[in-house]
Amino acid sequence: MFKYYGKYTPYMFLLPAGLVLVIFFFIPFFHTVVLSFQDYTNSIYSPDFAGLNNYIDLFKNPIFYKVLANTFIYLIVAVPILATIPLFLAILINQKIRGITLYKILIYLPVIVSIVVAAIAFKWLYAEQGILNYIVTALGFNAIGWLTNPKWSLYSVIIVTIWKGIGYYMMIYLAALMSVPKELYEACDIDGASFIKKHLTVTIPHIMPTIALVVTISSISAMKVFAEIYVMTKGGPLDSSKTIVYYIYERAFENLDLGYASALAVVLLIIVMAFSLINILCFERKKYQL
Amino acid sequence: MKKNFAKLITHTILIIVSIMSIFPFVWLISTSLKGSGENIFAYPPIMIPQDFTFENYTGVWHKVNLLGYFINSMIVAAGTVLLNLILSSLAAYPLARMEFRGKKITFFAILATIMIPFQAIMLPVYLITIKLHLIDSVNNLAGYIGLIIPFAVSAFGIFLMRQAFLSIPREMEEAAIVDGCNVFQIFWKVLLPMVKPSLAVLAIFTFIGSWGEFLWPSIILTKESMYTLPVGVNNLQGMFSSNWRYIAAGSIISIIPIIIFFLSMQRYFISGENEGAIKG
Repeated sequence: MFKYYGKYTPYMFLLPAGLVLVIFFFIPFFHTVVLSFQDYTNSIYSPDFAGLNNYIDLFKNPIFYKVLANTFIYLIVAVPILATIPLFLAILINQKIRGITLYKILIYLPVIVSIVVAAIAFKWLYAEQGILNYIVTALGFNAIGWLTNPKWSLYSVIIVTIWKGIGYYMMIYLAALMSVPKELYEACDIDGASFIKKHLTVTIPHIMPTIALVVTISSISAMKVFAEIYVMTKGGPLDSSKTIVYYIYERAFENLDLGYASALAVVLLIIVMAFSLINILCFERKKYQL
Repeated sequence: MKKNFAKLITHTILIIVSIMSIFPFVWLISTSLKGSGENIFAYPPIMIPQDFTFENYTGVWHKVNLLGYFINSMIVAAGTVLLNLILSSLAAYPLARMEFRGKKITFFAILATIMIPFQAIMLPVYLITIKLHLIDSVNNLAGYIGLIIPFAVSAFGIFLMRQAFLSIPREMEEAAIVDGCNVFQIFWKVLLPMVKPSLAVLAIFTFIGSWGEFLWPSIILTKESMYTLPVGVNNLQGMFSSNWRYIAAGSIISIIPIIIFFLSMQRYFISGENEGAIKG
């Protein structure tokens, strides 16, 4: 096909999006790195060069390790659950049974509703004399300080993240299940394979790439949690539910310690970029046509 | 016999999960309908309100500018959707259909933004937005622009639209050229109408994302009158510290619009056809 557009036409089409991406992605990206080498503690307007001091402060601060540990716990609790239960539900829902649409709507509902309302709803369930503690005491245990006991608070928040994610990942799995050839299941039925055996030998191997995709994207989103923590615990009690994004927020916007917050942000950037790179190179090549 | 038993188990599990999915909202609704004569901390908990009333709803509606928050959320979501549709398809067109110097670099630069989480760069984004005077303390319009502009385009949208353009046969453009269309007319009158399904998917997912956004507005907003719904609803907690009837009523009012939107657009969310549209 002959060229029907001018030499500069492609750039004109790219310009508006390019401007936004440069001003609100690329400049902030490099600016974050620059800020992490500056000291704002004396004056917010004329920072001093800090060298690696922010990073040294960071690695000396026990809260940093607490926050990293919390983020790590978030990952190892939420990700395995979000990779398996939605798959199980998708397999159940991918059958010819009544009421599928209704089940899908109800299970997807938490995905749609704002995380702020979800967190408030759970805060009410978790109340000192709330309905969950009623169940717990009715079963003969002591009431739990869901959000007030440092031993429990992080897990109480993780439950909200999991609850809100199940429908989302179930739909991803459901789309993948549709691509599994039906003949394979028919062959299983002829062989008389059980439900469990059928899915272990046919379904799981077939959708392995989707499982890996869910693992990486749920890991990335687990590292970015903020609203749940902000609404429910503010990172407390005693930093017990503080994760990395909340800590960045607190240092940057409450303590105005821009340098320290940016050093933290660089740590987050490195971790998330590593996960994203794995994700794009291994599982989403087709989506971006690489 | 065995088959029926399996079906029974399937339904039992799905019903339990469905109930767990909506129970937090149901309990919130129950609390919001209980009058002051009823103990909301009663043991055992009572699901059906005994002192049934809508007073909490009218009360919170009069004390809090929920309608204002709703309008703010609408303006921000509509602006974000519109800009995403325009900027994404404009940028996607040359990436799908034209040859130019720097195409590869542009492509990978856009791909790279997928890896940069907003949470890690929000501080400089905040500083830049203030420097550009796009903040509600300047005036309301600036405030809205400041809420919208950092999310005006996404790599997700650009790649989605690029995919859509790639699937259109080149003959369409050739025919248009023969008919004397210039490149903008081809884009606007020939190609865009053909990618409407992808535009719809992009619009819906951008809308949901923008509607639920909490971190950015809670950082950038300074005036209560500019609050979006998530920020305003979170603020209920501070306003009515322990009045859970009001907090519950306000929260339920705030989710009605998005639930109506979801139910009317449900096929886009739960049909399973939009594998490529799922946002990472």
